[in-house]
Amino acid sequence: MRTTITVNGEARSLDLDPRTTLLDALREQLGLTGSKKGCDHGQCGACTVLVNGVRINACLSLAVMHEGDAVTTIEGVGAPERLHPLQKAFLEEDAFQCGYCTPGQICSALGMLAEIEANWPSQETADLTGRVAFTEAEIRERMSGNICRCTAYPQIVEAIKAYAGERA
Amino acid sequence: MRPFTYERAESPEAAVKAAAETPNAKFIAGGTNLLDLMKLDIERPSHLIDVGRLPLSGIEETGEGGLRIGAMASNSAVAADERVRARYPVLAQAIVAGGSPQLRNKASVAGNLMQRTRCAYFYDTSKPCNKREPGAGCGALEGLNRNSAILGASHACIATHASDMAVALAALDATVETLSPSGQARSFPMLELHRLPAERPELDTHLIPGELITAVVLPPPPPGGQVYRKVRDRASFAAGLASVAVAGGQVALGMVAHKPWRAVAAEEALASGATAEEAMSAELAAATDNGKNGFKIALTGRLGAAAIDEAGRGR
Repeated sequence: MRTTITVNGEARSLDLDPRTTLLDALREQLGLTGSKKGCDHGQCGACTVLVNGVRINACLSLAVMHEGDAVTTIEGVGAPERLHPLQKAFLEEDAFQCGYCTPGQICSALGMLAEIEANWPSQETADLTGRVAFTEAEIRERMSGNICRCTAYPQIVEAIKAYAGERA
Repeated sequence: MRPFTYERAESPEAAVKAAAETPNAKFIAGGTNLLDLMKLDIERPSHLIDVGRLPLSGIEETGEGGLRIGAMASNSAVAADERVRARYPVLAQAIVAGGSPQLRNKASVAGNLMQRTRCAYFYDTSKPCNKREPGAGCGALEGLNRNSAILGASHACIATHASDMAVALAALDATVETLSPSGQARSFPMLELHRLPAERPELDTHLIPGELITAVVLPPPPPGGQVYRKVRDRASFAAGLASVAVAGGQVALGMVAHKPWRAVAAEEALASGATAEEAMSAELAAATDNGKNGFKIALTGRLGAAAIDEAGRGR
């Protein structure tokens, strides 16, 4: 099936078997191997990408369902010569060991910060009718869809806090 | 995944027409549960009808003081809606207790209702499961049934319904609106959507094949406090062992039965002056223990009593 998806700002026309997940289309057809395949069942978050600015698991979505969508992968977030400030924060805070989950963590964190800005609640949000507080408990809860087998969680939280603090 | 064909429906009417005309077709919206099950060869549709972009994602006032939530609204959008948070906090709390943010961003309201059980025997294709393969037997009955049903189960199936959102909808007396394959619209109480397993555990709901959920309608909130509480093995992103939704004097239990369980006996006991603890005991009098899930009876009793008391304090 012919499907056109805007990936990292560029319209890409793909000829797809309907079974192709968004993750496989990105990795296998477009060569964007930054998004990782961990569990392939939506449990680890390594495949997290932003679709129209919203974070989703690319492994649990068919590429043909994304006709006309704008997808941002880690390659669109930053590159070695022009790191995104959140990527720099991950380096400075030592927020990874093996690095396999990192692209998903970073895309997820960017989506998460936009969700807090839009005042979306989480189960840590005590007052559903007020402003969401930017606390460590909120960050941890909201990042629970991203697993880090090296257990860099404390540093991941620090990196997100450092980036968000700088931006504020 | 097995091969399948795909089409994007242009309208709800076109979607049900396509479903009626195509053998072994399924609707797909978010796809977070269906694609997972297709990868595991548990769901095997030969045609997918994408309903995710149908104009059914709005949340609007009903005129009776309630809200009509479009079936394609994402779980996140419903939980974030200011009216839901102010008037139906139990629903917002239930939604954010389920899945991960990434899943909630993709999953639709209708898809949440239509999600399949998380029973380990349903997921493991090397094990017998009457829900996956009618007549194969139930491996959970005498197997790893720690998280199996304690209410309303049958000798054919002790699987539970895993949704958090549906438990809140059950407590809130929500109505489901659908479009049938013949193009007929109908609406009925959400509590009549899901069924108990009895002899046909392969059927999760009373929907007719090819019927499309188009909306969930909330009546005005009942007077009184609202609370959703859930117990699970991890603090976040895990299927529940038990949950309870309280909305005023209305109580529903989750993850303890094949469907969201309205605790009618507990409600009646509360109405006649029983304590929360007594009310939960009345509800769980008929609960069954299959060997490893017995702890869920005590757990659900305590959880329910705590939530009822908490909601009462919020009144």
